Amino acid sequence: MIVEVGHYALVLALTLALVQSVVPIWGTRVGDPRLMAVAGPVAWGQFLFVSIAFAALTWAHVVSDFSVANVFENSHSQKPMIYKISGVWGNHEGSMLLWVSILSLFGAMVAWFGRNLPKSLYAAVLGVQAWVATAFYLFVLLTSNPFARLLRAPMEGRDLNPILQDPGLAIHPPLLYLGYVGFSIAFSFAVAALIEGRIDAAWARWVRPWTLAAWVFLTLGIAMGSYWAYYELGWGGWWFWDPVENASLMPWLAGTALLHSAIVMEKRDALKVWTILLAILTFSLSLLGTFLVRSGVLTSVHAFATDPARGVFILGILVVFVGGSLTIFAARAGTLTKGGLFAPISREGALVFNNLFLTAACAAVFIGTLYPLLLEATTGGKISVGAPFFEMTFGPLMLPLLLAVPIGPFLAWKRGDLLAVAQRLAVVFVLAIAAILVTWWKTRGGPVLAPLGVGLAMWLTLGALAELAFRIKLFSEPGVALRRAVGLPRSSWGTTLGHLGLGLLLFGVVAESAWKTEHVLVMKPGDTLQVARFELTLADQRDVAGPNYDATVARFVVKENGREVAVLEPAKRTYRTRRMPTTETAIATFDGFSQLYLAMGEPQGGGVAMRVYWKPMVLLIWIGCLVMSLGGAISLTDRRLRIGAPTRARATAAVAAPAE
Amino acid sequence: MTRKQKRLTIIGLAGAVLAAAIGLVLFALNDEITFFTSPTDLATGHVKPGSRLRLGGLVEAGSVARENSTVRFRVTDGVNAVPVTYTGILPDLFREGQGTVAEGKFGPDGVFAADTVLAKHDEKYMPKEVVDALKKSGHWEETEGKGYPKGN
Repeated sequence: MIVEVGHYALVLALTLALVQSVVPIWGTRVGDPRLMAVAGPVAWGQFLFVSIAFAALTWAHVVSDFSVANVFENSHSQKPMIYKISGVWGNHEGSMLLWVSILSLFGAMVAWFGRNLPKSLYAAVLGVQAWVATAFYLFVLLTSNPFARLLRAPMEGRDLNPILQDPGLAIHPPLLYLGYVGFSIAFSFAVAALIEGRIDAAWARWVRPWTLAAWVFLTLGIAMGSYWAYYELGWGGWWFWDPVENASLMPWLAGTALLHSAIVMEKRDALKVWTILLAILTFSLSLLGTFLVRSGVLTSVHAFATDPARGVFILGILVVFVGGSLTIFAARAGTLTKGGLFAPISREGALVFNNLFLTAACAAVFIGTLYPLLLEATTGGKISVGAPFFEMTFGPLMLPLLLAVPIGPFLAWKRGDLLAVAQRLAVVFVLAIAAILVTWWKTRGGPVLAPLGVGLAMWLTLGALAELAFRIKLFSEPGVALRRAVGLPRSSWGTTLGHLGLGLLLFGVVAESAWKTEHVLVMKPGDTLQVARFELTLADQRDVAGPNYDATVARFVVKENGREVAVLEPAKRTYRTRRMPTTETAIATFDGFSQLYLAMGEPQGGGVAMRVYWKPMVLLIWIGCLVMSLGGAISLTDRRLRIGAPTRARATAAVAAPAE
Repeated sequence: MTRKQKRLTIIGLAGAVLAAAIGLVLFALNDEITFFTSPTDLATGHVKPGSRLRLGGLVEAGSVARENSTVRFRVTDGVNAVPVTYTGILPDLFREGQGTVAEGKFGPDGVFAADTVLAKHDEKYMPKEVVDALKKSGHWEETEGKGYPKGN
């Protein structure tokens, strides 16, 4: 019964979305404030009904109601409770229900925090938001119904894919979807502005917190997914240029560009047309990502069992929304007024530079990801585009951008002075060169490019800190520096932390790629192996029974200079229901950021195949992402401090967004 | 600078970045892509040795032999089979009779030296390339919208 209530609630949400799609926008056309005011309560209603639907499916999973096809196929009565809950979105139907739940949540949040928006913009934004919602409710109800029943209820379920039975899964998809779906708000604002035919700096101020919030979640979601793949799959890699990873990287790159161009629009009333276009493109890339992952056109870890009808449906949504919004853009962009002027060497110029390279890199990833699909569709030829392609295109396009990052924040608006910036960054530059030389000296014979990479990472991190130091006058007036640091706008802290995180991330990437060591070998109990400065001994091997799996666990004693520093227990699990083996890695962290990584292979002739990695500074990759996200979150709290902005709408949005 | 000059500078920069990006992509697409082949393609000499390839098919039953951390097996599409060597740890779901994709180089000796071996991710799922290769060789059964390799 509860399941049917959930299904019915989802249908009700669809009908509300249809109302919200038509009535408020019609209201803006005829100028009727009562029709426009419908949008808010209806958006709340949608959220309420989708929440009921989501709760109903969760309930079915928690009580293991195997008469529901979705529960039968993805759950098991013996499964631990946390995976019963996270298993709700560990499958196609459930993950799409999560998608629409988050969409309705954002709709309700816009309805709440946007109350002080101009009435017609408010109505138009929520109207456009409802178009997106309608399309996805239809998708869920028509092609991916999570509430479908089985005629005869089985006694036991088929269990969740074991590689998804991990705490990482509980967090990764919701974070990622908060990012993907969060960009729908920037999209709705952009399309609403085009419909209204009016756009100004205030628009950028309203959009920026939403974009920033979505960006923070997407950053965290990608980082989380990367760390999960790193420790769960047992291949020791953190980024594979897998099409599905690219699908999340593309909106991230476009979203990062959008964040930066929205600053120009907000402060200088320039780049309006471009910012609108970026807002449309960013969400279009999110939709493309959803299509790539959910349609099954790709061979990927993320491909659940596939059904061609779904692919066609999402492709339809993609075509309608991307095509439609770009058509409106083409028709209306000309009517938007031109904004402020600036010299090429200026803060605006630097942000344009940022946008150029980010979008070019995004385009390169786009081509590499879609070219195989295109080639197969047109000529039938099958190719795979792997890491070498992306390293060769993405790398060179990122390089000028990374070099320019520390310079940008030092430039003045309108017209900057490169020479003055060079003087301020001279010390940082010298330190970066010194870092290159020291690294080169210490790692002679290693990879040639690695010292340059370390130098670049140094340039980024110290450059970010130098900007902060100049802003608070740390060296010229150290007495008041602390007071200045406290009084500094939060968005300045955001910039500093964002760029600092980027430097840390780069440092981790360079160190891990250049100096990791890998050993693949068969070990027997008593065997030892020397890895980096550690001595690993396989002490013993034993069989252990878990709640829904059986495992073989190997125990390794790690010694450094003869002293025991860690015990690592990698394992191989076989899940009973699916008879599917998984690798459980064992990882120990040393020196704060470096990791010793053990993954177990198959038993062989009395021993066991082992894969052992030493990964120097690898944790900095994810710490860098965390620092970047923290920068975004701190920047979000800046809103209420700014004067002259439309009052409460922005302020409250900023306060609440990081909390959800 | 006049308004026009400023705009031209930015458009010029944008054009240069765009040109560089297109150049890089074209260059990389020429050099850095991997073609997908079936065992039949390799056996019938359609492929020149030495180039980097992806080979997809089923792991032939009874063909897997291990020697320290080097594994030898044969990949078949039901018509032809190609010997493959790989050093390293095989993915969890690598099994005889199941689908796999090996990436590496096809040597002049007729042996495919793989540096990466992929297998399916769960028991329902088969790499798309493998399905296509099996369909091409006629070793694929389609029933009720779900497909299975023949004799499985």
